[in-house]
Amino acid sequence: MPLINSPAELEQHRREILAKRDPRKPSVSVCAGAGCLATGAEKVIAAFNAEIAKQGLNAEVTTKGTGCPGFCERGPVVVVGPEEICYLQVTPKDVPEIVAKTLKEKKVVERLLYVDAATKEKAVREADIPFYRNQERNIIGNNIKIDPKCIDDYLALGGYSALAKALFGMTPEQVVEEVKKSKLRGRGGGGFPTGVKWEAARSTPGETKYVIVNADEGDPGAFMDRAVLEGNPHSILEGLIIGAYAIGAHEGYVYVRQEYPLALKNVSLAIKQAGEHGFLGKNILGSGFDLTVKVHRGAGAFVCGEETALILSLEGRPGEPKPRPPYPAAKGLWGRPTNINNVETWANVPLIINKGADWFTGFGTEKSKGTKIFSLVGKIKNTGLVEVPMGVTLRDIVYKIGDGIPRGKKFKAVQTGGPAGGCIPEEHLDIAVDFDELIKVGAIMGSGGMIVMDEDTCMVDIARYFLNFLAQESCGKCSPCREGIKQMHRILTDITEGRGKDGDIELLEEIALATRSASLCGLGRSAPNPVLSTIRYFRDEYEAHIREKRCPSYSCKELVSYYIDPEACGACLLCMKRCTSDAISGGRNLIHVVDQVKCNRCGTCFDVCPAKFGAVIRLSGEPVPGAIPEELRVVVRKKAAQQETAKEAR
Amino acid sequence: MDTAKIERIIDKHHCEASALIEILLDIQNELHWLPREALELVAGKLQVPVSRIQHTATFYKAFSLVPKGRHEIHICMGTACHVRGAPRVLEVVENLTGIQPGETDAEMKFSLDTVNCLGCCALGPVMEIDAQHLGKLAPAMAADLLKNYD
Repeated sequence: MPLINSPAELEQHRREILAKRDPRKPSVSVCAGAGCLATGAEKVIAAFNAEIAKQGLNAEVTTKGTGCPGFCERGPVVVVGPEEICYLQVTPKDVPEIVAKTLKEKKVVERLLYVDAATKEKAVREADIPFYRNQERNIIGNNIKIDPKCIDDYLALGGYSALAKALFGMTPEQVVEEVKKSKLRGRGGGGFPTGVKWEAARSTPGETKYVIVNADEGDPGAFMDRAVLEGNPHSILEGLIIGAYAIGAHEGYVYVRQEYPLALKNVSLAIKQAGEHGFLGKNILGSGFDLTVKVHRGAGAFVCGEETALILSLEGRPGEPKPRPPYPAAKGLWGRPTNINNVETWANVPLIINKGADWFTGFGTEKSKGTKIFSLVGKIKNTGLVEVPMGVTLRDIVYKIGDGIPRGKKFKAVQTGGPAGGCIPEEHLDIAVDFDELIKVGAIMGSGGMIVMDEDTCMVDIARYFLNFLAQESCGKCSPCREGIKQMHRILTDITEGRGKDGDIELLEEIALATRSASLCGLGRSAPNPVLSTIRYFRDEYEAHIREKRCPSYSCKELVSYYIDPEACGACLLCMKRCTSDAISGGRNLIHVVDQVKCNRCGTCFDVCPAKFGAVIRLSGEPVPGAIPEELRVVVRKKAAQQETAKEAR
Repeated sequence: MDTAKIERIIDKHHCEASALIEILLDIQNELHWLPREALELVAGKLQVPVSRIQHTATFYKAFSLVPKGRHEIHICMGTACHVRGAPRVLEVVENLTGIQPGETDAEMKFSLDTVNCLGCCALGPVMEIDAQHLGKLAPAMAADLLKNYD
């Protein structure tokens, strides 16, 4: 590939790519994001390649593995072009039919379409599916059109044109000004205005400056950044190069956690391709501006998402945060001015430069502009990635896009913001989701994790879960965080295991306050949020655990017992066979009995007991009835009993 | 331990102390753990005290200071998996293998670790054995799956 030396050559190259591509040519795009790969997307792609060859369509159809379009719940997702027919949950078995019917005969395979559960209407195209229809997918919308290994796919969609516009049509100051005008706020969690951050790094004197992509997505249950890294890595690089130009940096890093092998691979390849095309390296696009970018792997520490810790990790040291100021903009990597932004923030930059700050501010609320990607997971029908304009209500996200709670269960709360966030109950579902509104109800935007919880989720256990996570991830450098989190975790564990006592809630609140005000970095300062928000909205659950030793959600296993109702037991052997601790005794015609000592409370018996019996009962906060005497355990089957009476009558 | 191989890894990173994490990750990928001798070798070549290398190797979760078994089990403890019952899956796996997260059994058959999110939340609870994802697990299913490995 010869270097592209000017915006005109870039445009020429794009035209050449488009000229080689016939938009009417049939194509097959299969999501090859990590979620779909886990459900077998690789086999589906292989099956398409084999079947297309077998049916002699090799020359007429292009097949590609693409980035994640977000509908993980129904993966693997396949989109057949040019009609953009969207097939869901495709298996290799379905492939011959798709090739024969859709690719050859231009007919739709009805059974693989999305069916609206309420109206029974089928949706042929992606845009017709309610999950997508209610989104605004500025950033992840292109994922299904792009093979992340193929830079031409990105260029065909106008990729790197924002870079050309910035380098040749704007001064660095104008770029900073445009980003400031867009009111873009950091998508990693802080919500700090990106343009202001850039300006600070730009105005600090210094020859050497650095730009960094924070791709250390550590929030458990969130994978927005991974989808962009894996699916559209060039959009991040383009943003990074524009940012480097604005700030005056000539070296950049992408800090990717090593738990994301595919993201590492795709980003590394993208950097290589960008260099070969002249978008990175010396004299970018003939502008005289230089930038080299390296990938650095994170080694598994949540705290390294904090910028000072990330910088230390880049320097090869343990990521223990430093007090700020000095901020990285003044003194960052190797003591030089440094600008760090999150993946999604960088990916927004090319859009802002290309379409203008006014276009960007057309989305969102007064103080939070643009769109935000959320990872909607947990007890929700449509698990996946959701991109919506700021200001959409939580209720719309959970019910219109997520389609509500599965199995007819009752909604309890949404947890946003990861371990630093909070739980939002039903009464606040109508708030507009933006940086400031979430803080008002005791949660935060964070990086975009959104975990839905139903009536079976215990809120005390959720607080304990996050504090356990944070206790493990606290670097231990400052004592308020190290000790505060540990003590809160200890109290929460006591409560969930039945050792809670009066005064525990007040003590938790006191420690929370101290940890919040005295910790060094964001990890410690926000660690009390999961505790305080659950106490605020679900104090009754805490009190039930402490006073009655009862878990209202039947989730804390030390407080739950499983008991088989002898009247209801059908002696079907199912629970006995599936029991993971050999705690159930019984036989073909013998009522089953749980040995309360052996039982490990895994709940399998409750899950497998057929609905027609519903014999397994969960008990919490009340004594377990004694086992039925052995001589009374024989089940008299109705049919057998009838035959018996009939015989006697004769 | 293949000393030459480890030396090659260190040389690839030009013996730079700033590349310590990258070097340790490469060794971890190669050997699946970080033996003491490897750490000493790194210390010598980078001119960095072993104590600093220990500090880094124990700080980051990607590193293991004990050898791994033939089959590496990772159980996802992300929030989505947690609310869908991952703790119950973990407990059953702990009971059946007789090991806790971070440990390897005496026969070197299984190593068990928890991870904070594998990013396939639609499949939760998820367990990964030898890089293969096993999703939508119930405790009894996880118990059955373990029987497929020897």
